[in-house]
Amino acid sequence: MEWLAQLGRGGLSFSAGLGRAHLLMLGMLRGVPQLLGRPRLLLEQLLSVGVLTILIIAVSGVFVGMVLGLQGYYILSRFGAEATLGVMVAASLVRELGPVVTALLFAGRAGSALSAEIGLMKATEQLSGLEMMAVNPEHRVLTPRLLAGILSMPLLAAMFSMLGVYGGWFVGVGLLGVDEGTYWAQMQSQIDWDEDVLNGVIKSIVFGVVCTWIAIFQGYDCIPTSEGVSRATTRTVVHSSLAVLGLDFVLTALMFN
Amino acid sequence: MSRDLPADDTLVRIRGLKFYRGSRAIFDGIDIDIPRGSVTAIMGPSGTGKTTLLKLIGGQLKPDAGTIEVDGQNVHALSTRDLYRLRMRMGMLFQSGALLTDLSVFENVAYPLHEHTRLKASMIRKLVLMKLEAVGLRGAHGLMPSELSGGMARRVALARAIALDPMMIMYDEPFTGQDPISMGVLVQLIRRLNDAARITSVVVSHDVAEASEIADLIYVISNGRVIESGPPQALSENGGEWTRQFMGGLPDGPVPFHYPAPELEVDLFEGAA
Repeated sequence: MEWLAQLGRGGLSFSAGLGRAHLLMLGMLRGVPQLLGRPRLLLEQLLSVGVLTILIIAVSGVFVGMVLGLQGYYILSRFGAEATLGVMVAASLVRELGPVVTALLFAGRAGSALSAEIGLMKATEQLSGLEMMAVNPEHRVLTPRLLAGILSMPLLAAMFSMLGVYGGWFVGVGLLGVDEGTYWAQMQSQIDWDEDVLNGVIKSIVFGVVCTWIAIFQGYDCIPTSEGVSRATTRTVVHSSLAVLGLDFVLTALMFN
Repeated sequence: MSRDLPADDTLVRIRGLKFYRGSRAIFDGIDIDIPRGSVTAIMGPSGTGKTTLLKLIGGQLKPDAGTIEVDGQNVHALSTRDLYRLRMRMGMLFQSGALLTDLSVFENVAYPLHEHTRLKASMIRKLVLMKLEAVGLRGAHGLMPSELSGGMARRVALARAIALDPMMIMYDEPFTGQDPISMGVLVQLIRRLNDAARITSVVVSHDVAEASEIADLIYVISNGRVIESGPPQALSENGGEWTRQFMGGLPDGPVPFHYPAPELEVDLFEGAA
């Protein structure tokens, strides 16, 4: 019966964690009006969460686009359909790879940094110190980070997709001889704003909320020791990645019927 | 160094405080009165919940039973807004200093002023420099926390704690890990700030000599209860056996040297059998 007890304990612990995460989210949302009066706090976090993530997103976007161009060309050319390379590259990026890979990279770079920073602030009593200075750490520290994550993700995903399209163009048009006019014209005529672009944007916003929420919660809820912070950082990457992949399936199923 | 204190002027009144971590009682019904304008030391061995007591007074933790009143207000019955208002009149010096590591010394001390006042930048600058002057670190205002020694970090944290001119300051183990010079500086600062600014000070510590030197009143806590209380002189001379062992730093006594264990012979030879 021990396994049953363990299962019960695990279930209770999971439910309690979920409850704490939702309470934290409510607490952070209550800090939004205050943040609007102090945009500098948000700008600082946009720099740290968004701008400093651009490099890894840009490099990854270009390489993923180049690989798509390469793979796509070899498959499509078998059927004489290499003219549709631009559509294939753009659709793959805008619908799926842009939002998903960006979210995974974001979790690894910005998410882990957020968890570690907040966890260390907790371990070094900086959050307690703020509370005792009558400053709400949820509003002052966490809300700007949450909003910065949510705003950054769609922009980073758009950047990833755009650079991926250029990566595919470089390989397809520049190296493999696909006609440049066809590459762009097919893309322009076949990619639908609502079905492809907008759905991709919605996905990246959802991933932005989920990844940033997980990262902030793990840091804020961690055991305030070096081991606790280390575990929180690992959990952020694992939970965010699984959540992104699972949600991507659900969202795709809903969006594309 | 102790002064005459008004008998009924209590700033912090704790009654029947109970606090549990799991099934372990950290406090099992303690009563403490902290007189206004005094330096009160809360002493006891490590792990007796001294820091927990400060967090309870500051409203960061909720008791399982009992009440804590600060300046006549029941801390745990206050709304969040009122609790934050009360905290603006309470300073706390954390053991680690708890300085914000991405801000300079100047910005750390200015932080509560920026958050809670609408003073002009020039006025804030003057106030910050005055507070830093009071702790002897005006010259260090441009440094980052990572460039400070442990003692300096605590003095900066003290300057930040007094930035809003609070009515009371709580010190969490202010002397731990300090070299003799830093310790002497902190001892003097606590007493001087208390007297000059008419602040009430609550010092949580297990450094007997230093705490006794500045305290007007000492509470000794152990096993979730207040063992004894009184002025330092009276406690070291007339205290019970437990208090005398603690104050004198004696290795054995009511607090045994050995952790509870079976007889040595049983432990040694049982394994061989």
